[in-house]
Amino acid sequence: MLRLTRGAGRRMVAGIPLLWLLLLFLVPFIIVFRISFSEVRLAIPPYTPLFAWHHGTPQLQLHWSAYSFLFTDPLYVSSYLYSLKVAAVSTLFCLALGYPMAYAIARAEASWRSLLLMLIVLPFWTSFLLRVYAWIGLLKNNGVINNVLLYLGVIHHPLALLQTDFAVYIGIVYSYLPFMILPLYANLEKHDATLLEAAADLGARPWRAFLAITLPQSFAGIVAGSLLVFIPAVGEYVIPTLLGRTDQLMIGRVLSDEFFENRDWPVASAVAILVLLLLVVPIMLFQRLERRELEVVK
Amino acid sequence: MHNAASASAYVRLSNVTKKFGDFTAVDAVSLDISRGEIFCLLGGSGSGKTTLLRMLAGFERPSAGQILIDGVDMSAVPPYERPVNMMFQSYALFPHMSVDKNVGFGLEQEGLSRADIRRQVGEMLDIVRMGDYGARKPHQLSGGQRQRVALARALVKRPKLLLLDEPLAALDKKLREHTQFELLNIQQRLGVTFIVVTHDQEEAMTLGQRLGVMDRGRIVQVGTPADIYESPATRFVADFIGSVNMFEGRVSEQGADFVHIECSELGCAVRAERGVRGVRGTTVWTAIRPEKISISREHPPGGADGGENAVRGTVREIAYMGDMSIYLVQIPSGKMLRVTLPNIRRGDERPLAREESVWLSWHGSSPVVLSE
Repeated sequence: MLRLTRGAGRRMVAGIPLLWLLLLFLVPFIIVFRISFSEVRLAIPPYTPLFAWHHGTPQLQLHWSAYSFLFTDPLYVSSYLYSLKVAAVSTLFCLALGYPMAYAIARAEASWRSLLLMLIVLPFWTSFLLRVYAWIGLLKNNGVINNVLLYLGVIHHPLALLQTDFAVYIGIVYSYLPFMILPLYANLEKHDATLLEAAADLGARPWRAFLAITLPQSFAGIVAGSLLVFIPAVGEYVIPTLLGRTDQLMIGRVLSDEFFENRDWPVASAVAILVLLLLVVPIMLFQRLERRELEVVK
Repeated sequence: MHNAASASAYVRLSNVTKKFGDFTAVDAVSLDISRGEIFCLLGGSGSGKTTLLRMLAGFERPSAGQILIDGVDMSAVPPYERPVNMMFQSYALFPHMSVDKNVGFGLEQEGLSRADIRRQVGEMLDIVRMGDYGARKPHQLSGGQRQRVALARALVKRPKLLLLDEPLAALDKKLREHTQFELLNIQQRLGVTFIVVTHDQEEAMTLGQRLGVMDRGRIVQVGTPADIYESPATRFVADFIGSVNMFEGRVSEQGADFVHIECSELGCAVRAERGVRGVRGTTVWTAIRPEKISISREHPPGGADGGENAVRGTVREIAYMGDMSIYLVQIPSGKMLRVTLPNIRRGDERPLAREESVWLSWHGSSPVVLSE
């Protein structure tokens, strides 16, 4: 009896997230996947159906045109590559900035830690969009940064900061830094300080001890933080649109343009599917690493 | 400028004090430890023994005082430059490294060649009988195996001084005894000076050639295990090492080689013949170890009339331990005395029973008279 109810409870606990994923991930994915194999037409909905009736029998109509189109026009490939580059560079910056911060918080006195962590997540209390807009005010030609530098006499002409790669990096690093810091902190905080003492005792100077002990043990945190930054950064839409270049689009912007401007749903869907494939690979790699990590802990 | 004393003192602590804020963890400790010695720091939690060890390793800096190792002042020497290695209580093995890598870590820091490292690691793992486990990760080892790897890692750099923090605490009883003797064996083979910190008196007694008993940041007594057990200097030491029956009393008569103590708590006079101090009329404490009291059904011979060193009592509890039995005997004052007797005979025909009335007596050399 007890086992039965426990089994039911377990099924429910596992079932709710499963249902969630089914409704909000798998079903939309199937819809998008289906649309990516159709062609544009002027109708509602604006794409050809997957099945057509021919003499009373349903016939599958798969079109590869959306996918082949992505590889004929260099716009898409270059947007993909540009997105990957922006995401990768931003991730590296986040790591370079976030690791020391996470390390400092993890090593701070216990009474300070919660305050410092709160400061890290504090920006989330205002709207993401507002914070990105605020960067426009800082970066534009007549913005705060240029005015201060002009006033101090460091520069004589305003720097073109807005609508550059630089502005996109700043925007992404600023927005995603907490996603790097939090998993790193969670990892570093668990480290056993006596291991570093043991390393020092065996003759390792502090930086050697860091490289040999702390860094390899924080690998899972580095991977988790990097994926949390890299994956959304690849598809980032708002930041490059508001702060970025106009001559080179990121894939998120391309997708939205295809969908809303060109009303080419099949191509937009194909773009979405390829972005997904691009991201599924690193996620799967991450999960394999995590599994290995768990085995070590056991 | 090496006089005889400093030449024999390999580790010298002089007035070492460590304060954490208002709290004095180690209070003006002075101590000499000679080369090749096994010295045990014994104390309860919070006695300052671990802080003292951490100062020797270099993880803490003394607030005052000086630590000399082999004549060199260690004050400004960071842990990674000290000729000292430590075996941590938790072993602190690097979880992401194999046993080989763990043991070789210290040698790697010295910049030795791979071949040298492999050879020395192999030798040391053979000494601790872990030669076949080099490729394993720490989480694949049992507690005893981890302990041996930790020992190998600490010894592979051939330190002159090895610090051991509760080296046997994480092992089960059978393994402890075995490991204890193995530690002694390795210590003798390699001629290392050991400083062992422990709260376990049994561990301290079997390992240590000398013990230092610590209480509230101070070393209250230093001596061989027998010194400390048989002639504790204070009530704290008598109570901390082994179990003891203690009575407050007053010196009533002082002879050349004995004192008489009136003990109202005990209900008889105590004649103490060994290591006695005490001026007539002063308050002292008499400590008698449980195994130094004998139990008999009849009145013990000798000293019968004075009622010296003998008292009546009633057996209240008997704990049979196999090799010996513990008797709790209540004396007329209501106090319980602890008496242990070895079970010499198999199948005693008339064993002592509960509620039996008995005489307790002891030899004049048994009581220890303590003034503080």
